[in-house]
Amino acid sequence: MRWINRHPGAAGRLMLAALPFLLVALVYSAASAARLAENPQDRILPSFATLGDTALRLLTEEDRRSGEILFWGDTASSLSLLASGVGIAALLGLCVGLAIGLVPMVRSTFQGFVAVLSMIPPLALLPILFISLGVGDAAKIALIAIGITPFLIRDLSARTLELPQEQLVKAQTLGASTLAIAVSVALPQIMPRLISAVRLSLGPAWLFLIAAEAVASESGLGYRIFLVRRFLAMDVILTYVAWITLLAFLIDWGLARLSRWAYPWAEARA
Amino acid sequence: MSLVEVRDIFQSYGQRPILERVNLSVAEGEFVSIVGASGCGKSTFLRLLLDQERPTRGEITVDGEPLKGEPDRTRGIVFQRYSVFPHLTVRDNIVAAEALSRPLGRLFGGVKRAACARAEAALERIGLAHVAQQYPSALSGGMQQRLAIAQALAAKPRILLLDEPFGALDPGTREQMHRFLLDLRAETKMTVFMVTHDLPEAFKLGDRVVVFDKTRWDPHDPAAYGATITYDFDARNGGIPYQLNEDQDGLPDPAPHPVAEAG
Repeated sequence: MRWINRHPGAAGRLMLAALPFLLVALVYSAASAARLAENPQDRILPSFATLGDTALRLLTEEDRRSGEILFWGDTASSLSLLASGVGIAALLGLCVGLAIGLVPMVRSTFQGFVAVLSMIPPLALLPILFISLGVGDAAKIALIAIGITPFLIRDLSARTLELPQEQLVKAQTLGASTLAIAVSVALPQIMPRLISAVRLSLGPAWLFLIAAEAVASESGLGYRIFLVRRFLAMDVILTYVAWITLLAFLIDWGLARLSRWAYPWAEARA
Repeated sequence: MSLVEVRDIFQSYGQRPILERVNLSVAEGEFVSIVGASGCGKSTFLRLLLDQERPTRGEITVDGEPLKGEPDRTRGIVFQRYSVFPHLTVRDNIVAAEALSRPLGRLFGGVKRAACARAEAALERIGLAHVAQQYPSALSGGMQQRLAIAQALAAKPRILLLDEPFGALDPGTREQMHRFLLDLRAETKMTVFMVTHDLPEAFKLGDRVVVFDKTRWDPHDPAAYGATITYDFDARNGGIPYQLNEDQDGLPDPAPHPVAEAG
């Protein structure tokens, strides 16, 4: 039988999906055990037991100075920055993308401009943002928004342009104005595309967030990682990285569910 | 007095002529079938009637008024595909015929309830009431086209344009759709233009069958000349008078030169 025709069963699929995770865990624990056998004080590859203890301590113990649990404070601060940045970018991307996709005059004006803008490396703008907006939250939100908005605009304008011409003509024969077509024909059909574009841009959004927090911040997941780096606290770093990964995964999964629930018609067509 | 008057239309895309010197006069309530080989400008002609494109030369008037430069509610259209809105339920697709002409393309409150009731009555009549809450993607091709026609008619256009509306349907469904369309037409007395590849369909449904073809043909450069109306049959009574006069044993041959793909 050819390999392209061999399909795993239900149990097989689960096992195969778990396999790479197990392999990584196995390699890590072997490497960790080998290092610890040589030097029990080694901090570079803490054992799973140490990681578990650290995670429990981070999640439950209050900071002696502030009396707050830093882990949750960092999480709240990072998530609110991420949500603000991505939210602003999504709104901008949706409005500008729709306008570029639907209105030829807007397209001629802004398509080239956005194409050039999207080539600017956002991290190179970070110093400018810190200088102009200060080192507070505004600069970090701006970095995330600036970083992913051009991608969202380009993706959504392309999706709008992909709407069959027939539908736009049809709407006109039913008496629709440009605004009515934008709001009632194009917008609802672009919404699932917006969600999938946001899902794709979450990776870069986290990157910009952590980079900004690493450079100048007083709290946040990225700030904490770069802070404890000085003490070689790999157990803390690894816990934070696992937590960020879990958060990113949950957000991605939630958005996918939202899209399926809110736009059931989009599934059938895709 | 004719409703649609087409005078000396020329249409070319860049250097390539598509239509040449097309003249047609259609009275209110007539059903005009448009046939012809692939690529001879039938659909282009329909787009000109729809005002989706402007002719290079010539003029089209409806009720003595020249077209305004963009599609509007006087002319409804049904395409072969993509005619209904995939993000709206079957019922909301009918409601859209009323709602889209509002500033935001939406209806609210009592107006919306009334429109929904009318839409449900319309669906009842065309036998789609049982799928009112489903999305078009769940419907068969024939049901989608029935919905598309009902949607176009719900806007009460004076002229209905059909671009190969039944081209993608199987023969049985097509037969049903013919009956459906003939019934609707008897009710509404609309003026209809229908582009089709199917000659029997053209003669069965149309009062007139106009044939688009190229009168000049350069074998070394088939795209050198545009097409025009070469025949204008009276198709009432199944085209009987014509068939008795010109062709005893079958349907007319619309192609005056050898074209592989006729009709």
